Amino acid sequence: MRTKLQNISLIAGAAVILALAPAGAVAQETEYTESQRLNMQSSIHGKTGHAENAKMNYRRYCTGCHGDFGDGEGENAQWIDPKPRNFTLGQFKCRSTPTGTLPTDEDLYNTIGRGITNSNMPQWIPLTDDERVDMVAYVKHFSPKFVNEKPGTPIQVPPEPEVTADRIKAGQALFQRLECWKCHGVEGRGNGPSADTLTDDQNRPIKPFNFHDGTRFKCGSTDQDLYKIFMTGLDGTPMPSFADNVKPDEAWDLVFYLRTLQPLKTREKEIAKQLGLKPINPNAPPPAQPSENK
Amino acid sequence: MTSSRRCLAGAFLLLFLAVGSSNNANAIPAFARKYGLRCSACHVAWPVLNDFGWRFKDNGYQLMNDRDAPIWQHPGYWPVAFRMTPNFHRDSTDKVQADTTAGPGAGEVQVTAHGFDLSGLDILTAGTLEKNISFLLVPSADETGAFHFESVWVRFDNLAHSPWLNVKFGKFELDNLISEKRILSLSGNGGFYENYHFVPPGDNNAWAQIGDNQLGVAWEGHSANDHTRASAALFSSNDGNVDLVNANSYSGFFNFTQAFDLGGLGLQRVGAYAYIGQAPTFSLTNGGDPIPGSSLGNASFHREGVYGDFYFNKLDVAVYYQHAWDSAYFGTSTPGNGLLPTGARAPTWNGIFVEPHFTFTPQFVAFGRTEFIRMSRQALPTNPSDLGNIDAYTIGYRWYPIMTSRTGLAWHNEYSWIRQTGTSPVSGTDLTSGTLFFGFDFDF
Repeated sequence: MRTKLQNISLIAGAAVILALAPAGAVAQETEYTESQRLNMQSSIHGKTGHAENAKMNYRRYCTGCHGDFGDGEGENAQWIDPKPRNFTLGQFKCRSTPTGTLPTDEDLYNTIGRGITNSNMPQWIPLTDDERVDMVAYVKHFSPKFVNEKPGTPIQVPPEPEVTADRIKAGQALFQRLECWKCHGVEGRGNGPSADTLTDDQNRPIKPFNFHDGTRFKCGSTDQDLYKIFMTGLDGTPMPSFADNVKPDEAWDLVFYLRTLQPLKTREKEIAKQLGLKPINPNAPPPAQPSENK
Repeated sequence: MTSSRRCLAGAFLLLFLAVGSSNNANAIPAFARKYGLRCSACHVAWPVLNDFGWRFKDNGYQLMNDRDAPIWQHPGYWPVAFRMTPNFHRDSTDKVQADTTAGPGAGEVQVTAHGFDLSGLDILTAGTLEKNISFLLVPSADETGAFHFESVWVRFDNLAHSPWLNVKFGKFELDNLISEKRILSLSGNGGFYENYHFVPPGDNNAWAQIGDNQLGVAWEGHSANDHTRASAALFSSNDGNVDLVNANSYSGFFNFTQAFDLGGLGLQRVGAYAYIGQAPTFSLTNGGDPIPGSSLGNASFHREGVYGDFYFNKLDVAVYYQHAWDSAYFGTSTPGNGLLPTGARAPTWNGIFVEPHFTFTPQFVAFGRTEFIRMSRQALPTNPSDLGNIDAYTIGYRWYPIMTSRTGLAWHNEYSWIRQTGTSPVSGTDLTSGTLFFGFDFDF
């Protein structure tokens, strides 16, 4: 005859088995996934990173947002806006490579160190070079794309021309012609008529960038970074690549114009002030192309 | 043990492990909640900071991701966390003065006490008041519930857009790489660094406590990646006590830290500090009672040391060396207007500790500490040269079954042992004591 104590222990044991069952299933999936790609490597600045080495650091620093499986479903994801990246899709905003292609290892390395402004992604500068290079390999191991495809070829950023009043005016005209204002607003405040309707590739609401809010962009802070954003697009978001629509020289015009919108003391801003540059009027016909002589 | 008991014990063990394994790794959970990061992001094992945590702290509790100002937080967010540790401890001291019958060892007995107990409570409120204005307010209670303010400061961060220009004002921890406020050990013997509080027997300098928070103002600066850190603090020589205790006397603390990236081994930090000050040795009295604010007879003291924190993958070792000097007035507890005993000298001593941590996972860390203090000059030449020397050892581990971005729970188990030479109360022989401690350290 069973004692009361034995009954209790049986119930407790059953509870333990039930509690462990789903955890076991998850563990198997992890093991499978990791065994497939944990040999992933990265190569940056002559250093070779190994995914295996970054396992603990990923768990320490990244899991809370990006999730154990890199699917962007960490315990905090539900509270975060914008949502953490889903690494399994192999789709990244900050690239030097054409739209639709994989980023280079250096792109991922730069994103880890730079962080993403106006998001919960901090600058992981305190991690050592080696740790970051390993982490790049670990991020890559989540997506089979990195096994089957090669990264795109980085776009060439031509030398930056000198900023002139004509270039800024041309950039503004381009801002109107390409209908950037529909999302970013006529003053670049991220409040265009389409702003509230935008969603990312996973159908989650997303806000256009407000150029008046902060001095950095999601993918860097230099003119070259802005050029790259414009020409590669931010994959997974409504921000397309304009590489097929504008010439490199025109892209620089746009860069110069966008710089006038930021809360920065820049040459562009100074020229815009001298010009008395006013926000575009979307209802007016697009201004004529400025002269070729910039 | 009967089979049913064994079965029940096994079931509970499994349940314990199941609860543990279903959760993840945590410090000031208010930060974790604000930024959506787990505690392990900033802590080797909470509460010890890692490099990312140091940079976060040095940036004024900011990640510098343009979302640091409180306006970005949901109105319901309140930057408050609580930490406490219900525990069991067994403390044994071999020579306690007691009324005993005559005979060998008369007047001294061994006392061993054990039982369930509580730690003090820390209410940790911290964060930013605005972008680049940070604060820390820690009302803290002892285990009886009596409150005091452990920390209260406001810091103006990144002045002139420079990480090298930060100014802190209030009651704060001295900028020490090996922080006692974030120590891993918790027991009565091991829960602090002997070197941070030591004064020789007969020395009444209670004002040079590196481990205690101080009231003053500090400049702090660091490089963008936080590999280089420097600070200077000016504060009242009152050990953080309020109401102008020890009015009109000040001390300074200076610290410099440099980190080196050794590739696969990780970031290694070394540094040096100096603590120089003066504090009064007596007060004017009225009817025998000290008159507040009338402290006089300042005497000097200084401490200087070097330290390092070295990483070897999962093993990190903190090492520390200090040299200390007190005025002969402190050393002999002589008021500044009194006559020093014949032959009195300024006492000096040296201290060292080595504290390894082995982080098996962010949720399990084992730690130990070996600490020595050696007198190099006694205040009174008649004292034995080794009077007051300390040998202290601590070993323990912490397991964090819960370490989320909301709460933290750690199972803490530790044993510490200390011997001080020649300080037993009656016989003047060595005094030893040991503490076994275990409990649940939790914060939320």
